[in-house]
Amino acid sequence: MSTITITDLEAAVEDAAAYLYVWALKDIPQDLRDALADAANRETSVPGQRVLQTILKNVTVAETEKNLVCQDTGIAVYTCRVGEHFPLHPARIYAALKTGTERATVDHPLRSNAVHTITRENTGPNTGYRLPIVHWEFIPDWDGLDVKCVPKGSGSENMSFLKMCVPADGVKGVKQFVLESIVGAGGKPCPPGIVGVGIGGSADYAMYLAKEAIARPVGTRNADPHVAKLEEELYDLLNETGIGPMGLGGDVTVLSCHVEHADTHMTLNPVAVNYQCWAARRASAHVTANGEVEYDREF
Amino acid sequence: MSSKRLSFPASEEAIRDLRAGDEVTVDGHIIGIRDRTQIRIFDQGIEPPMDLSGAFLLHTAPGVRKLGPGKYEKVCIGTTTSARMVRFTEGLGSQYGVRAICGKGGLPDEAIEPMQRLGMVYFAIVGGAAALETTQIEEIEEVAWEELMPECLWKFRVKDFGPLTVGIDSHGNSLFHDVQERAKAKLEELYDRL
Repeated sequence: MSTITITDLEAAVEDAAAYLYVWALKDIPQDLRDALADAANRETSVPGQRVLQTILKNVTVAETEKNLVCQDTGIAVYTCRVGEHFPLHPARIYAALKTGTERATVDHPLRSNAVHTITRENTGPNTGYRLPIVHWEFIPDWDGLDVKCVPKGSGSENMSFLKMCVPADGVKGVKQFVLESIVGAGGKPCPPGIVGVGIGGSADYAMYLAKEAIARPVGTRNADPHVAKLEEELYDLLNETGIGPMGLGGDVTVLSCHVEHADTHMTLNPVAVNYQCWAARRASAHVTANGEVEYDREF
Repeated sequence: MSSKRLSFPASEEAIRDLRAGDEVTVDGHIIGIRDRTQIRIFDQGIEPPMDLSGAFLLHTAPGVRKLGPGKYEKVCIGTTTSARMVRFTEGLGSQYGVRAICGKGGLPDEAIEPMQRLGMVYFAIVGGAAALETTQIEEIEEVAWEELMPECLWKFRVKDFGPLTVGIDSHGNSLFHDVQERAKAKLEELYDRL
């Protein structure tokens, strides 16, 4: 057994956060690269093709120049899965994620986006009151920690939509709302990206689920066959709208549509849409109880 | 649709020559501007300390590294969503003689009339393609209003900046308007199938 101290473990989580934030911003996942290359093969519009070729070139330039794919370093959003026997308390995990985010911002340097929501004054190195945002899951009978970092740009986050459909609207109402949201968003969220949809639960939980949905690998399907069918239907419908790459018109409007669901009240039918731009950045780390860190795309 | 090269600052004549859908590459000087910069100019009535006549404005808040007083080097420079700043279009053209606004995602229809009347264009850049865009910026020559960091007024010297697509021309055409009209018609058809 290792004799790692709690201080060392907190430092390991901090290092992981600092690494994940920069890694996610510089090196987009392979599933996304494949989806973008596939989109370029399918697109028939001239401006759409120009956009997709530029995107593919940009991903390569980011690699050769060791630069960020997109300048918008976003707000850092982390999802943590904490094992019940992981020795570091979530309060300390949060502190480590915050310090790691600040360190990455100062050391790189990364653009700092965080401002006070009323005064609009910059709060410093991409952290502030209730920033970064961390979502928590707790896992019984386990002593590890998984951290996923999803830097969320504002262009796509501004294209978030919620509707409290009524039960009589049914699934048809859900589909209509997703379609009208994505058409209304046009080129603003940097299409073609990932459309995340959260259905059921409550108003806040539906939006949380939509955010979970955009963080899945491109083209993965929900385990529930009813939900998976909805994902495929929405994907086809959205690509018939003709919005196209960067909203300039074309065949490819979305790379994927992911739906997450929760059971809900008999009189509720909430639907939330959260968009993720084509630069759908995400990176993960697995931390063991004795502070070993392994980096991977997924949990 | 054709492919053109343009240097900025530019004349009204050069702008009137462009048509929606044209591919354009830009050289010369471009000015970085954003939400807070334009709120200061138009809502707080403070004159911008840079000449904007004939200018190409880029909707950006660049990632930079400070080298010394008033001197910055590029880290990662990309482009933000334009639609938030549409209400400044008329003033930029009529009061300051701006010729081109460049950003991502398009400008709403209210930009079409002033652009036609004043001889302006909207260039659509590929949002998110900042690594590439950064290589096309040769130097950050000037910065004003540093206290708004990173939403200052920036002057960049660029080479082979693009590819840009003329999204709105000075003849009343907007690709974004056309795409939205077609999509809305398509939605009616899709709803019938649900």
